[in-house]
Amino acid sequence: MDLHQDSNSPLENFQSRIRIALWFVMACLILLFFRFFWLQVIKHTKYSTASESNRIAIITTPSPRGLIIDRNGIVIARNFPSYSLEVTPAELNMPVDQLIEDLNSVVRISPKDRLNFLRSLQGAKKTESLPIRNFLNDEEVARFFSRRYAFPGVEIQVRYFREYPYQQLGSHLLGYTGRVSLKDREKLLAELEESQDDSISDELRPMKIKGIQQVGKIGLEQSYEKELRGTVGYNQVEITAGGRVVRSLSSTAAIAGSNLSLAVDIRLQYLIEHLYGTRRGAAVVIEVATGDVLAFVSMPTFNPNAFVDGIDADLWKKLNDSPEKPLFNRPLRGTYPPGSTFKPFMALAALEGKFRTPEQGIFDPGFFKFGSTIFRDDAKGGHGYVNLRQSIAVSCDTYYYMLARDMGINAISAFMKPLGFGQLSGIDINGEVKGILPSKEWKRAYYSDPTKQAWGEGDTISIGIGQGYNSYTILQLAQATAILANRGIVMKPHLVKMIEDPISHEKTLTVPSETTRLTLKKDNLDAVTEGMVGVNQSGTGRVPFAGVAYPVAGKTGTAQVFSLAGKDYNAGSISEFKRDHALYIAFAPADKPKYALALVVENAGFGATAAAPIARNILDYLMLDSWPEGVPKWKTVP
Amino acid sequence: MENRTLIQRMSFLWYGLDPSLGIILLCLIVVGNITFLSASSGTVVTWVEQGRNILMALLIMWVTSRVPIKWLEKVSLWVYLFGISLLVAVALFGQIKKGARRWLNIGFVIQPSEIMKIAMPMMLAWYFQKREGFIKLWDFGIALCFLLLPTLLIARQPDLGTAILVLAAGLYVIILAGLPWRFIVPFLILGCVGILFILIFGDSICAKGVTWPILQSYQQHRICTLLDPSSDPLGKGFHTLQSMIAIGSGGIFGKGWMKGTQTHLEFIPEKHTDFIFAVYSEEFGFIGNIALLVLFLLLIQRGLQIAATAPNLYTRLLGGSVTLIFFTYAFVNMGMVSGLLPVVGIPLPFISYGGTALSTLGFGVGILMSINRGKRLVQT
Repeated sequence: MDLHQDSNSPLENFQSRIRIALWFVMACLILLFFRFFWLQVIKHTKYSTASESNRIAIITTPSPRGLIIDRNGIVIARNFPSYSLEVTPAELNMPVDQLIEDLNSVVRISPKDRLNFLRSLQGAKKTESLPIRNFLNDEEVARFFSRRYAFPGVEIQVRYFREYPYQQLGSHLLGYTGRVSLKDREKLLAELEESQDDSISDELRPMKIKGIQQVGKIGLEQSYEKELRGTVGYNQVEITAGGRVVRSLSSTAAIAGSNLSLAVDIRLQYLIEHLYGTRRGAAVVIEVATGDVLAFVSMPTFNPNAFVDGIDADLWKKLNDSPEKPLFNRPLRGTYPPGSTFKPFMALAALEGKFRTPEQGIFDPGFFKFGSTIFRDDAKGGHGYVNLRQSIAVSCDTYYYMLARDMGINAISAFMKPLGFGQLSGIDINGEVKGILPSKEWKRAYYSDPTKQAWGEGDTISIGIGQGYNSYTILQLAQATAILANRGIVMKPHLVKMIEDPISHEKTLTVPSETTRLTLKKDNLDAVTEGMVGVNQSGTGRVPFAGVAYPVAGKTGTAQVFSLAGKDYNAGSISEFKRDHALYIAFAPADKPKYALALVVENAGFGATAAAPIARNILDYLMLDSWPEGVPKWKTVP
Repeated sequence: MENRTLIQRMSFLWYGLDPSLGIILLCLIVVGNITFLSASSGTVVTWVEQGRNILMALLIMWVTSRVPIKWLEKVSLWVYLFGISLLVAVALFGQIKKGARRWLNIGFVIQPSEIMKIAMPMMLAWYFQKREGFIKLWDFGIALCFLLLPTLLIARQPDLGTAILVLAAGLYVIILAGLPWRFIVPFLILGCVGILFILIFGDSICAKGVTWPILQSYQQHRICTLLDPSSDPLGKGFHTLQSMIAIGSGGIFGKGWMKGTQTHLEFIPEKHTDFIFAVYSEEFGFIGNIALLVLFLLLIQRGLQIAATAPNLYTRLLGGSVTLIFFTYAFVNMGMVSGLLPVVGIPLPFISYGGTALSTLGFGVGILMSINRGKRLVQT
């Protein structure tokens, strides 16, 4: 068989194959040419960026987080150094799983630590040092050192952690810090982008965030995160693939976070928390002239220290599932009907709106009939003849049923709004809720069912005694009391009084001046104050305030949690969580008010018996510096 | 007069050395040395070592170019048989390094597979020369058997890179010898379809739990990381990803000699051997790459020209195959470093560090020069 059927000679045939081979070679080299064109011309920017981020590493120096100090200089949130076991993945001589297993035989690595570590490993540079176990004790450190040779790439480092020396005290106002979550990281990135910090290039910014080891998750730690955090210092270095530093390119020192000087008196906070004991509730004490929040109590509390290194799943579940809701910030987010504590504000509304004069009286038969509905008074048989002052002192419901009817809902809500009812107070802690200031507009927006949207005249009646749709936070109630005590001058309530610059130690007031001033007549204010003083002299608060050494204005309240549907209230027959809330508001001294407060004891029954005694102890502490027996003395933690 | 006679007397030294091949080779060696100096970060010791390798290769080239090609033709079969027996010896008593049995200790350590890169085309060219004028279809079958025996022995070691080169060298001879197109075209089509298939269905066939027939799992992994190097940035994909970054970041003009950050900060693995092209590319950029492509094209063009005008079938086939092997080295190496081809251990000819490969290449160029000289002798 002749393989060269064509007429060409074998040499020509060979030469044609050589030509084809040359074409093939050229085609391949052109392919390479385009590949290089693609990489070096079209995608140059991408690879250039990649090469830069290969080359440059940012070694961050954490900035010490600012301290949180109470108004008397007691440190209530601080940092403590602790040993951490850290791993640099690039330097390991074994797979990570193996490493964790081997390390576990030296110092305990819990499943939680393991999970956290594996999580932090994702998206981290191989040359970064990542914590695998925090809070090593001295014995563990010693044990690791003796076996250190077996673990290249594992080091003991000192890290700073947040510590709350008074444990659960004031946990809701302080909040806590925690590890930087993915969500936190996104937020920080967005923040960095806004800050227009051009000292480092865009690609390297994410690395800067890695220097942030903890962020405030809730409470003041969260709302003052920026101030507390300070500025992470960084050293921009050139590194080799193995993580060896070749030279330093630029560096910036860390700037410590600002210290927060609180308005809160932590001893008062401690006292109130002890007075509540195991009872649930909320209390807010305000210095009226400044708006300083002296105490911000939410009971029960939790221990914020448990959150600092990531909370244990069991504990988290326990806290979250507890019917007592220890994680719930009650003064900020809990809304309650104010009950009779609403009456002084109603009384002031009546006087300001000229619906009543102080002397004008009504006869209380023990009930109020509106159409065919009967609204009952607390006192069976009624209080008889009562004027405005007496209506407050004896907490006469009928007086306020009538008043509410006479004023109408529009006038009531128009008066209550500037006092802050159903409004955000603007306190310096995130998560505040508005509550409900009932109005026709509110009801229309609230109900989707058109048949329920219309405001009925009957709806107004129970508004007068702080029931019905009324629903406010204890913070709002305290703020309204403070405005009343402050004669209409509104100071924005604040937990942080001053922010201290870490370098110059200069302190800046957070709320330097009044927000607004309501025009309230002196005579009207005096009349209401007289009524409230009467509460503690001869009225519902006379027992807990017996023998009080300073003039004090107050008002008790008992808020229905549960509609009795006409039946008599019998605490024993109702399950605990449906019993009435006990409330109390007060300010003192009545003639020249310095302090205002509002508090609730949940499901505790009558305001006079459950809530007023706590108020008495608070005011005694503030006015007389007296410490009740039975509450352990305050001890400052060194 | 004294001088002239001296020059005349000395002329045997360069007589028959092809000047164009010589110049191209010199350029490549200069480029290689400059790059190597950067890749070894100016450590003179290894540079001197590489210089020694180059001198050695040039010496081999020179000696080979002096050898009449007839002699080579005569020893072809014996060289091949010698190579095969060494490969068998490797399989039986070879040294194991890094999981591969490639080396033989005969007082000093040698890598017999390297010999086959030249012995293979010599053998096949010899065979076809023997059958010249009577070549039948089954001759190609026999040639294929001669080819597959060493290829499989080398692939078993395992040494995929060398096996590919030996296979390619043999196939070039077979194709140049006139293997009918009807046997070549189907394989070309199959290859193209296969590549297209992998490119299009890359994601699904590289999904977890999918195993391919025929190929080993690590080979599958290599192809998959080639398709998407970022799928395993710190493992198998690291080499490719980093060398692509080096090339891409070089841009049009490069970062400048000794200024490649990828190189000098140790991100390029094997930076003075198989991945030296990444170093070159990062520092000399797109312009430098074009220059290098042109140099290789000139080298191949000249080599093929020599083959096309060679005096007999043996020299034509050997010359063509040796030239195309240079091309294969260059293409596979640059393709792998730039992320077009899977990572196999094939150096960049005349530029990568390594004595054995350089000696083989020098031998190859020497053969081309000898062929060229022989042709002139025939003509005159």
